[in-house]
Amino acid sequence: MNAPTTLTDPTDRADGSGEAGAGRGGGAVRFLRWDTAVGVLLVAVLLAGSGTTEGFADVTNLSAALNDTAEIALIALPMTLLVVAGQVDLSVASMLGLSSALAGSLWDAGWAFEMIVPLCLLLGVLGGLLNGWLVTRVGLPSLAVTIGTLTLYRGLASVVLGNKAVSDFPETYAQWASYTEPVPGTFIPYPIAVFIVLAALAAFVLHSTAAGRSLFAMGAQEEAARFAGIRVNRIKLVLFAVTGFMASFAGIVYTLRYGSARADNGLGLELVVIASVLLGGIDFNGGRGTLGGAVAGVLLIGVLNNLLTLNDISNEIQVIVTGVLLVASVLTPRVIAVASERRQRRAATAT
Amino acid sequence: MSQPEPAATPSPVLALEEVNKSFGNVRALRGVSLSLYRGEAHAIAGENGAGKSTLIKVLAGVHAPDAGTVRLDGSPVGFSGPADARDAGIAVIYQEPTLFADLSIAENIFMGRQPRRSLGRIDHSAVREATAALMRRLGVELDPDRPARGLSIADQQIVEIAKALSFDARVLIMDEPTAALTGTETARLFSVVDALRAEGAAVLFISHRLGEIFELCQRVTILRDGALVATEALDGLTEDDLVRRMVGRDLEELYPKEDTTPGPSALTVRRLTREGVFHDVSFEVRRGEIVALAGLVGAGRSEVVQAVFGVDRADAGEVEVGGRKLKSNSPTAAMDAGVALVPEDRRQRGLVMEMSIERNIALTGLDRLGKGGVVRRALERGRAADWAVRLQLKYNQLSDTVGVLSGGNQQKVVLAKWLATEPGVLIVDEPTRGIDVGTKAEVHRLLTGLAADGIAVLMVSSDLPEVLGMADRVLVMHEGRLVAEIPRAEATEESVMAAATGRGSKEAA
Repeated sequence: MNAPTTLTDPTDRADGSGEAGAGRGGGAVRFLRWDTAVGVLLVAVLLAGSGTTEGFADVTNLSAALNDTAEIALIALPMTLLVVAGQVDLSVASMLGLSSALAGSLWDAGWAFEMIVPLCLLLGVLGGLLNGWLVTRVGLPSLAVTIGTLTLYRGLASVVLGNKAVSDFPETYAQWASYTEPVPGTFIPYPIAVFIVLAALAAFVLHSTAAGRSLFAMGAQEEAARFAGIRVNRIKLVLFAVTGFMASFAGIVYTLRYGSARADNGLGLELVVIASVLLGGIDFNGGRGTLGGAVAGVLLIGVLNNLLTLNDISNEIQVIVTGVLLVASVLTPRVIAVASERRQRRAATAT
Repeated sequence: MSQPEPAATPSPVLALEEVNKSFGNVRALRGVSLSLYRGEAHAIAGENGAGKSTLIKVLAGVHAPDAGTVRLDGSPVGFSGPADARDAGIAVIYQEPTLFADLSIAENIFMGRQPRRSLGRIDHSAVREATAALMRRLGVELDPDRPARGLSIADQQIVEIAKALSFDARVLIMDEPTAALTGTETARLFSVVDALRAEGAAVLFISHRLGEIFELCQRVTILRDGALVATEALDGLTEDDLVRRMVGRDLEELYPKEDTTPGPSALTVRRLTREGVFHDVSFEVRRGEIVALAGLVGAGRSEVVQAVFGVDRADAGEVEVGGRKLKSNSPTAAMDAGVALVPEDRRQRGLVMEMSIERNIALTGLDRLGKGGVVRRALERGRAADWAVRLQLKYNQLSDTVGVLSGGNQQKVVLAKWLATEPGVLIVDEPTRGIDVGTKAEVHRLLTGLAADGIAVLMVSSDLPEVLGMADRVLVMHEGRLVAEIPRAEATEESVMAAATGRGSKEAA
């Protein structure tokens, strides 16, 4: 017996099988998938913002708003892959801080910036590998492991740089990271241009490759993935390494953007990253979500914050808005699922 | 049933009358009746899947019967949960006791109902004394203050029994209590049970070890396929009688077995060992042959095949496929060598339940769906559609999640997923468990056909008719060891069961 496909059928929710069914079921089903809904909400906020708030639709403002989310957006890409695979990394903001602190202290010691960048990225990979090693070899849950390394990496950052703030980074690099010097002919700042390229790459990997399929399988049912010969541990290790790499890269962007290296740079940013990813419809239990949804989630939070700032709404309220959105994003699909289950059960008993 | 029981005993303390219990379309208990009297030790015997566990769970208040009555002291009762049954005086001792490791024996026994002094403080000395009294009653020396951590399984069971006594349990249900015990520990457990019986408690005893049933019990109830075969006095019965009653069903189902001439060895397992799970297991499977791995639940069969496939670690021994040694601990290496494993647990291990049919089938061959790791959707769907036709899969759309399929069709998806790897060695673990009769026959035909095509098939099965109907050879495991190899001609339900229960050529340790 086949229950009628309802528009809000939970299985249609962005599990990546949705797009495989293009051309089936009509546009309505696709339209109401969670990630699409977030995209629609994003467009609505953009339109509403430009209608109500002066200066919002201004190209310079949009460049600045985009660039303000650069670190969150960059880290959100590997975070999306991790959460789809049923893992999480809470140490990303600390790694951002550690990378920033290392860059600052080496710059202070007179190193060439061209030498500092690869070293910071290497550090990020090593930090990620440590997370991955603890998860795969020692067998600890990633949440517990990265709560530990969250503290560890932030502590190391303080050891490396202390309370100091290092500034005066080379002008060319600082300009590269600034919204005032976008990619010629566009309003897109360079960090965001990097993000766009990497997002396209991540979307391709997640939705069109064997590796991406493996991530979904791992996240949905790790045992079954292992029994299908998928190298679960190796994939996890690579994911954590990539995440560490991106976090340290975001650390460099952050340092250049604010022109200041400090040990507490990006404090608490990991929660904004995870909030954005979850808002974009990535299931925290793994196995479901689309990269497009995650990107929409990141942009939505970024644009909202920008709008609230332009309207002179205090930082505290902005945090509350983000929190409400996150709770809503976790709650809504659950409510929809329960409702549609009820409807299906009613339909089943009626026949 | 109102059969008059031995005149000396009045009404039974606990009785089941015509109890039915189904799970989905599996009828676990069909009109089972049972009477348990004060002071008796009563055994439940039956093969795997005969309904023993369900029976216990109905008595223990875990499951409510669909139909029929449970009577306690003659009046019908409906337990709303295990706590309800416990308060009514029914205690269950499981194979693996569940104690709080960091609490003392006394604290474990009186958890949540400790005697209090003023201001709600726990009266520790009263707890300790009460525990000591229970231990004396059981004739066991265990220090009430000792933490549960570090107690042997046997001692933990004693603690569970003491706990049951503290609830004034009149019915003690013991589910495979001796599985993990040594000979002396078993003897001590039995003397405790005898002491309880002398006090008037009724004991329901479940064990695969037939010898123990004869040693401990007076009567036995035999179940088969969820139905009652007989309740008899054990006096005058032999172990062989018991086995015959447990397995004696008609082999009416048709097994499409073809005679094949086995080719060269495809899979060779040498001295494979995993500490505490299985020991020194050696066998080979030849091309074109179906070899069954039989034994009781817990004998270590699934663990052996999982170690062969590399998803579980093996501590010693080696596996050879087509004459080449297989890298241990690597399912990927096993798959590259042409080994496929259809696991027992479909929902956890065989399938990703929330993924679509086509994606599940594709999961074992992702790198073959396009160049450079790219998955081409058309190829993916084509492959799934192809296998769906070959296995006569019943589905609505290939993009539906496998969760919506019936058990039999889910099993077909798992089979498709593995057959798509074109294996030379196919290992199937309980390939027909929980699927309907029609699909079962299809699976059997499929396996026979695969063997005829030259594939080596290793089949773990607890379904004796299936084992006898399908296998060219039967390997039997008992308590982690391979105890018998029986050629098709000599394989009977009796010979397989005898080996599986450890009554083979030599007495098991």
